[in-house]
Amino acid sequence: MKRFRGFVIKEFIHIIRDFRTLLILFALPAVQLLIFGYVVTNELKDIRIAVFDQSRDRFSRDITNKIMASDYFIFDGYLESSHDIEARFKEGMVKQIIVFEPDFGHRLMREKKADIQLLADASDANTANLVVNYTTAIIQDYILGLHTDAGGPLRIQPEVRMMYNESMKGAFMFVPGVMALILMIVSALMTSITITREKEMGTMETLLVSPLRPLQIILGKVTPYVVLSFINAVTIVVMGYFVFGLPVQGSLALLLIECLLFISVALALGIFISTMAETQQMAMFYSMIMLLLPTILLSGFIFPVENMPVILQWLSYIVPAKYFIIIVKSVMLKGTGMAFVWKETLVLLVMMIFFIANSVRRFKIRLA
Amino acid sequence: MNRDKKVIEVRDMVKKFGDFTANDHLTFDVSEGEIFGFLGANGAGKTTALRILCGLSLPTSGEITVAGYNIYTDRERIKQSIGYMSQKFSLYEDLKVYENIRFYAGIYGLGRKYIKARTEQLLESLGLQDVRNKLITELPLGWRQKLAFSVAVFHKPSIVFLDEPTGGVDPVTRRQFWDLIYQASHDGITVFVTTHYMDEAEYCDRVSIMEAGKIEAIDSPGGLKATYKAKNMDEVFLAIAR
Repeated sequence: MKRFRGFVIKEFIHIIRDFRTLLILFALPAVQLLIFGYVVTNELKDIRIAVFDQSRDRFSRDITNKIMASDYFIFDGYLESSHDIEARFKEGMVKQIIVFEPDFGHRLMREKKADIQLLADASDANTANLVVNYTTAIIQDYILGLHTDAGGPLRIQPEVRMMYNESMKGAFMFVPGVMALILMIVSALMTSITITREKEMGTMETLLVSPLRPLQIILGKVTPYVVLSFINAVTIVVMGYFVFGLPVQGSLALLLIECLLFISVALALGIFISTMAETQQMAMFYSMIMLLLPTILLSGFIFPVENMPVILQWLSYIVPAKYFIIIVKSVMLKGTGMAFVWKETLVLLVMMIFFIANSVRRFKIRLA
Repeated sequence: MNRDKKVIEVRDMVKKFGDFTANDHLTFDVSEGEIFGFLGANGAGKTTALRILCGLSLPTSGEITVAGYNIYTDRERIKQSIGYMSQKFSLYEDLKVYENIRFYAGIYGLGRKYIKARTEQLLESLGLQDVRNKLITELPLGWRQKLAFSVAVFHKPSIVFLDEPTGGVDPVTRRQFWDLIYQASHDGITVFVTTHYMDEAEYCDRVSIMEAGKIEAIDSPGGLKATYKAKNMDEVFLAIAR
């Protein structure tokens, strides 16, 4: 135990002396959270929209003007016939085409009901979704205005607010994702680098010759990172609460325990990578390819997994972050307990055991 | 010190990597307090053998004891009785001089007070008191090397293994380094050293010369020179390697 403590102290000194490590450990979480929360919001800007107006009356023109007057959209001209629709989409500039039915204005006045068709370029599913949502919101806003002018009853419209609350929803989505990403970077990337650094420097051999057991060496190396990752997880939860108003509906203890579990999975992955990589560069490369990219792309963090090709959907099942994000969302946003997340928890637990067992095995092979 | 006591006994040690035989039936002994030089060209198999003796690698077959312990069954006890210094000197560059000593002494389970006292003693004898708070990066190569050696024998092991310890330093520094080795040997520590500097071979009590995985010759430097009718170890080496 005395030996182990000396080892952990040494690891902390390494971390404190290395400015870059410190930066990654403490600036990264805050910066990433703010970047994802504010900069990479789902806000739209200057999306090109074309209009196929078969009615050309006052209402259709007003709606068109109102939509184009917003900062989100740019008017890209009228279409002459329905044959042009596909051609315009294929050109790729236009993301949405609004189709007004013939006699739009008349029907709206007579039947209090008329149809607008919103055609969106869903090759970029996220943007398409947003464009349609925004447009719908603007149209609803217009219809509300009509009622008021006509002396109709004033109604409070919570739906419109929801629509404009898009950035808040974004933060709700991003915070769990950023948490997964940062814990992955700090735990897996940093551990794999710090272990391969010992290999590169030749100090690993000296450690292996010493009376320290391999398991002690590994635990000694990862212990500081468990502590720091956990501090990061808490920081993110606190920042999510104060900066983005993200509540913790469920049990905080459960949330933190799940964080620890995910940290352990990430550390196990980091150790596993370090048994394959001989240099720090290789460790970094493996971590990027095997951990960070899948965490960003396949965890459902930014891109909805449902819209992906089937093969990628299958792949997403082996990405630990996917399960962690589901757990965090359930506990934080829905306030659910263990009864609802035990399956995901079990998956993470199995993953952790699998990677630790494999690392230990590979470690032994290396010695033989 | 007992020159008749064998601290390393190797019988028919074989190490294979697939089809390649790195160590082909090595048999030799090393006595207590001896400075044993393990010579050979690059790739002759000397580092492989040294790694097995240190417990970094397992042999394919053979009977081996180190410090009186069987390497298959008593690895943990062997580890406590040996010191090791690799080609890379194994000091942490981002740790200060005294932090390196404290760390390595600590992993061998030495007490804090003892470490403190010995550290001061050691720094004084090496003339490094003024740099005790400096990072290893700031030290010249020769100083690092001496420090690395002193750290490797800090826990007073019965054997210290040195893997090409003098690579890349000038002859004067090398000579000073060998003074440290003599001191350790004088204190009863057996020194097992691999090298490819032939002038260093002259400093050893006994040397073995490896060629393509086999030990071709093993004797004192004087004995080898007589056998091969050579003026110096260089000629002995060339005669064996042809």
